[in-house]
Amino acid sequence: MSHPATLPWFARHELRLFWRDWFSMLTAGKRRREPVLLTVFLIFVAVIHLVAYFVVRPFAEVGITADKSTLVMVVGSAFLSWTLMLAQAIESVTRAFYSRADLDLILSSPASARRLFAVRMASIAMGTTMLTTVLASPFVNALAYFDGPRWLAAYGVLVAMGAFATAVALVVTVFMLRTLGPRRTRLASQVVSAMVAAGFVIGVQAAAIFSTGNFSRIAFLSSDSVVALAPEPGSLLWLPAHAAMGDLGALAVVLAMALGVLGAVMAVLSAKFEDHAAAASSEAEPGRRKGRQRHSFRPATTMLALRRKELTLLRRDPWLLSQTLMQMLYLLPPALLLWHSFDGGVSVLLVMVPVLVMASGQLAGGLAWISVSGEDAPDLVASAPVSARSLIAAKIQAVLGSVAVVVTPLLLALAIPEPRLAAAAALGIAVSATSGTMIQIWFRAQARRSTFRRRQIPSRLATLAEALSSILWAGTAALAAAGTWIALVLAVFALMTLAGAWAIRPREAHAV
Amino acid sequence: MDVSVNTTPTALELKGLTKCFDRPAVDGLELTIQAGEFYALLGPNGAGKTTTLRIVAGLLKPDAGTVSVFGIDALKNPIEAKRLIAWVSDEPMIYEKLSPFEYLEFVAGLWSIDAATAEARARELIDWLGLGPHAHERCQGFSKGMRQKVALAGAMVHEPRLLILDEPLTGLDAGSARQVKDVLIERVRGGVTVVMTTHILEVAERMAERIGVIDKGRLIAEGSLAELRRQVGTRGANEGANGGTSVGISLEDIFLELVAEEGGLA
Repeated sequence: MSHPATLPWFARHELRLFWRDWFSMLTAGKRRREPVLLTVFLIFVAVIHLVAYFVVRPFAEVGITADKSTLVMVVGSAFLSWTLMLAQAIESVTRAFYSRADLDLILSSPASARRLFAVRMASIAMGTTMLTTVLASPFVNALAYFDGPRWLAAYGVLVAMGAFATAVALVVTVFMLRTLGPRRTRLASQVVSAMVAAGFVIGVQAAAIFSTGNFSRIAFLSSDSVVALAPEPGSLLWLPAHAAMGDLGALAVVLAMALGVLGAVMAVLSAKFEDHAAAASSEAEPGRRKGRQRHSFRPATTMLALRRKELTLLRRDPWLLSQTLMQMLYLLPPALLLWHSFDGGVSVLLVMVPVLVMASGQLAGGLAWISVSGEDAPDLVASAPVSARSLIAAKIQAVLGSVAVVVTPLLLALAIPEPRLAAAAALGIAVSATSGTMIQIWFRAQARRSTFRRRQIPSRLATLAEALSSILWAGTAALAAAGTWIALVLAVFALMTLAGAWAIRPREAHAV
Repeated sequence: MDVSVNTTPTALELKGLTKCFDRPAVDGLELTIQAGEFYALLGPNGAGKTTTLRIVAGLLKPDAGTVSVFGIDALKNPIEAKRLIAWVSDEPMIYEKLSPFEYLEFVAGLWSIDAATAEARARELIDWLGLGPHAHERCQGFSKGMRQKVALAGAMVHEPRLLILDEPLTGLDAGSARQVKDVLIERVRGGVTVVMTTHILEVAERMAERIGVIDKGRLIAEGSLAELRRQVGTRGANEGANGGTSVGISLEDIFLELVAEEGGLA
């Protein structure tokens, strides 16, 4: 048993919270779901290993050597994962400063804030590493299976990547706190984290579009032009790749550097942790802001009042807006492709259709959650003399209207060279967005808007159904645009998904 | 559907109202409240007060029983009943990103009130509740008292005939509580029926014309303060407690005695 308020004691406390948070996130707080969760996890692990097996096999068959092309591929893929780790770490570090859950209690106690800070940052590094490891492990295992156990050293590189991402996230967050102040940092960190996550992916895709004319990152990273630009195999830049490929000396250097940087950053910044947390605390309650100075009521029917309210609330919540529209960032590559291949023919532009349909379904699902589950005053609207059907209809109109505003410019751009594709996309968008909205309505569960990013926790089924429906409608629209009858098969699957979601919807959501 | 509000003196009538969750929350409740009355519903935690009021406001469906609001069957014609009702909960649910002015505009829209009429009422309420300096500030960062006043203004902007309040004074400072109480008394004088739950017995004692005590989902006593004193005094006389006199018995004493008899308090 460790002594209270010591480093191991804090570590035990943090580990318990960390484990329970993860477990609750996966089971949505329902213990009876444990066997289901275990089964789903095992199936997921098996499937992802199967995918990794087929992805890695072609490379293994020709032989993997530490030449420039392999090094570019390994370091490129690792950097891609690292940017996602960095994005996650920035969010976690910001939450560590702003979350008031137990911070007020611990900081008001005589326990050392520096110890808490050290343990909390180590916990963030662990969480960041774990998530990427879950996704990367099938590929590492497949490489070890085909090319020998030396590839298991990649797990060490993942630990180094997690530690380094946490160190950089700490420096970035504290820099923002000092320069932008605590009020702006929370929003800024969300934006920076999203830009980091999406930036590299989109950047590589954009480069791939311009160099190879398609979305493939692998094709881009293995292209002659990129390999020609890369430094020679002896360069220090390839140290992580050598480490991942089993060079234990390189691994020791990479690990020592990453853990050393994290330790140094923590040592330097922990002294100010209490100050930063206190500053963030003062901003936990947002300050008052003047609304738009309008001094007269506008005439409104009930439906109009509801639609206006939804749009005003969305417009005035930049964090929520950024989170929602972040999905639209992934439309940038297809938009680039559209622009780049304006006269490239149907085959190139066809790829726009599923991307637009998929993104619209996801966007509509997110907006529907905000509008329905994230209703701030459910009692007020429920006690109004309006039927539940009208309330829902007004919310659906607000959601679908917002989706239309976002996708219409792209549809119009597509309609100029390919009106047939634009028509297929428009139909797919309408169906996909309506499906995403209906699923969120069927699975509505009252929640605070600030929990938007964790909206999938109360119902994994809704998240799964929403994603599946968007994917299936995207496939349907793409196949329909390509003129094949197989589109009907996918449409039937999409309808079956919707029927399944409707059948298993929680009944209590419709009590009133 | 032809639904007319009759001129019955009865504002609210509950018959055999029953609602079960894991156990009965409201158990065959019978309650009648006259129009223009200030009625306080008291009871220990978990007695069924909030469940009862949420059913009346149309936020919950009962398992059995009837709810009549000014003669309208609220279960068959919920929309018509809701036109006459306003609901204010102990946790004011307002929109942080709207200003009080915009909030009132939205509520007026929900009840389909003419914009000019609603605006005039809103300005009056904003002044009355001392929200003037903050009328165009977003509600984020407002204190509990200010949020409660915004919610109360929202409840009154459509001029309801039945105002239902669940612990409206919880967490308010003395000044805000006084403002809210003044507004409620003024509304009752204007003919509005107010039904309020509260744990602050002094408020019920001073403001309510009639008090109902509910426990385990049933009404265990009802009447004016004097009538309740007599009830307890009579029971005391029968049982030899209090010497059979009600003189000097506060509502707190009455409440504790009534609830203890029912085994509602440990």
